[in-house]
Formats: sequence, structure tokens, C-alpha cells
Amino acid sequence: MFNYNYIIMLNTILMEVSLSLFGAGIGAGLAAIGAALGIGRIGGSAVESIARQPQEAGKIQTAMIIAAALIEGVALFAVVVCLLIYLKGLA
Amino acid sequence: MKNLSKIFLIAFLFISLVRGNAYASGSAESGEEKTFNPGDLIMHHILDAHEWEFAHGLAIPLPVIIYSEKGLEVFSSSHFYHSPNRTYNGYYLNHDDKIEPVDKSRKIYDISITKNVASMFISVALLLIIFISIAKSYGKRKGQAPKGLQSFFEPIIMYIRDDIGKNAIGPKYERFMPYLLTVFFFIWFNNLLGLFPGGVNLTGNIAVTFILAFFTFLVTLFSANGNYWKHIFWTPGVPLPLRIIILPIEVVGIFTKPFSLMVRLFANITAGHIIILSFLSLIFMFESFAVGFASTAFAVFMSMLELFVALLQAYVFTLLSAMYFASAVEEHHHDEAHGH
Repeated sequence: MFNYNYIIMLNTILMEVSLSLFGAGIGAGLAAIGAALGIGRIGGSAVESIARQPQEAGKIQTAMIIAAALIEGVALFAVVVCLLIYLKGLA
Repeated sequence: MKNLSKIFLIAFLFISLVRGNAYASGSAESGEEKTFNPGDLIMHHILDAHEWEFAHGLAIPLPVIIYSEKGLEVFSSSHFYHSPNRTYNGYYLNHDDKIEPVDKSRKIYDISITKNVASMFISVALLLIIFISIAKSYGKRKGQAPKGLQSFFEPIIMYIRDDIGKNAIGPKYERFMPYLLTVFFFIWFNNLLGLFPGGVNLTGNIAVTFILAFFTFLVTLFSANGNYWKHIFWTPGVPLPLRIIILPIEVVGIFTKPFSLMVRLFANITAGHIIILSFLSLIFMFESFAVGFASTAFAVFMSMLELFVALLQAYVFTLLSAMYFASAVEEHHHDEAHGH
């Protein structure tokens, strides 16, 4: 094939610029997957327990909301980190 | 093997060519070209500024207050925005809307009324008006059924007192009720005010959420009894090697709990604003009717979700603060299984 050196040089230059954006995007996506999995499990078990004991629906709902907010907090930590990476990559 | 590394190299090259729109915001794209830059627009709406912009061209310039060795200088920020190079009186308004002295060696303290400060004044005035009138109406309508504002807020206040205060903290809840109620309504009102068009992203300002979390931290610290410190530094009921391991974790935990309060509120509200603004920016990027309809529908749905998140984040902040206060004032209970 043609001269590999040109590809390597081009990659090195482009790497400094855009891999940070690439990383930030992938990080935010993974955080979304993690949050969705966690909150999905909470929602599932909350609905199941309401089906078992409809009279406790209020308490179960409250507990579900609290747990979901805590997990979302963790996912948003990851989002904040990705934002910081993105802003650093711009400069 | 040689073919695989060639493929890898080419794939790497293509991936590294993918660059986002936002990279262009560093370039000097001002003046005639005026291509739409969503990154800049979103940042402009999220961040603080020295003028309150309701629409393009309709902006209220806010007072700039600077304290330096020259003393206190107060002037309108329109001097900055109307001057061609954003300089006035030895000060320069840089790209991030921060005031810098032209002479870099000077030290200035910028205590201006910015967009966030003005919005905070308005929301504080709103809170005072609403709650002082509710308090007065309890005196006026003693023994009668509540009416008006009082009847709207009473169930909410009772919910915070019963299901957050009494439930989480127990018998000593009354000491903390003023703080919990204040923080709940402050966060809720400011979240909602930020969702108005022309509204300001106050609770999405990490300095504001830092102060709120700092207050929770201070209240926890100053209302902590000996039992709380004992549980942190010398956790009872666990074997000795574990206690040594738990000690640094618990000490760091004193600080990470308010820190998580701060980041949770900040990230939730800011992310919500960014999502709505991104959907609306899509319309300007694509400039098509179909995208316009779809984007607006999505933006309306996300706004409904943001209304719910506004309430939920206030509730979660208040509830977690109450739980931290509860652990601070918890009395020593004798438990055989506990081992102490």
C-alpha cells in the first residue's frame, strides 16, 4: 500500500484534537446505559411488589423514586465528567 | 496479520476524522458568515451573563459592580455590549462573559448583579411574598378552613413535615423543619423559573448548588452529637481490622455526601436545559418543517419531564438532607445484635 508514515503522522495530529470528543461521547453513552439498566431493575421490582401488595403502593412508589434519583445522580456524575473532558478538548 | 493491521490503521484514521460541530466554536466565526453554532448557543443559555437576554435583540443590561484598588465602580453593562471591542473604563468583557482588567496585574473583585443574581433576587422576593402571606393568613383565619395560596401550599408543607421530617428524623424533627422547608421551596421555585422562556438557569449554576450543599454540611456538622462521631471514627459492632479500614472511608464520606447533593442537582437541571436547547437547535441546523414539528414535539415532551424533574430534584435534595440530619442526631439504641 502507500506510505504508512503519512497515515501515522496524520493520526497523531488528529488524535490530540478529536479523541477527547470521541471519549466524552462514549463515556456519556455508557453512563446512559448504566443508568437505564439500574433504574429499569428498580422499576421492575417496584411494579412487581405493588402487584403483590396493592395497599402498600404509596410506600413502594416513594422508595422507588428515591432509589431512581440516587442512581441518576451517579450517572450524572459521569455526564459531568464527560462535559469536562469535552470542554478541555475544545481549548 | 498484515491485512488486519492495515484495516485497523485505516479504521482508526476514519474514526479520528470524526469531529464534532463544537470544535468550530473556537474559531473566529464572527461577522458576515453567521452559520448557526449550537454549541455556542447552548453554552450562552446555560452560563451566567451580564445582561438578561429574553430574545435576540431584547436584552436588559444589568449593573456591573467592581471593587478594586480604585474603589467601588458601578456602571451599566450596556457600555460593554455597545462598545465595539467590549472594553470600557479599563475593563474588558472576554468571550466567557467575564470581566477582566485591561491591565493584567490589577486585582479586581467582580460583585456585579449578573443574570443569576437578578433571578435569585426575584425568586427570593417571590418566596418571601408567598410564604409571609401564607403565614399571615393562618393568623387571620384562625380555626377556619384554609383558602387560596394557603390551601395550595398546606398539603405540600405538611408532606415535607410528616413524610420527610418526622419519617426520616424522628422525634427531633422540629429543629430542622425551617431549613428543610426553605431549601425545598427555594430549589423547586428556581428550577421552575428556569424553565420559562427567558428564564435563568440558577440551580444549574454549580456555585449555587455548592452553597446549598454546604449549608446542609454545616447543619449536619453543628447538630451532630457524640454518637454520630463515634459511628464515623470507631464504628461499633465490627471487628477491629474492619474498623481501621472503615475509618478513612467514613471520613471521606462526610464530605462526599454533600458533594453528591451538589453534583446531582447541578447536573440534573443543566442536563435538562441542554437537552431542550439541543432539540430546538436541531430545527435551526436542519431548517426543515418536518424536523421543526418533530423537534418541537420532543422539546415539549422533554419540558414536561423537566417540570417533573424540577419537583423531584427538590424533593430528593430535601429528603437526603433530612436523612443526613437524622444520622447526625440519632440516639444510641441498645441492640444485642448490634454488639454494643
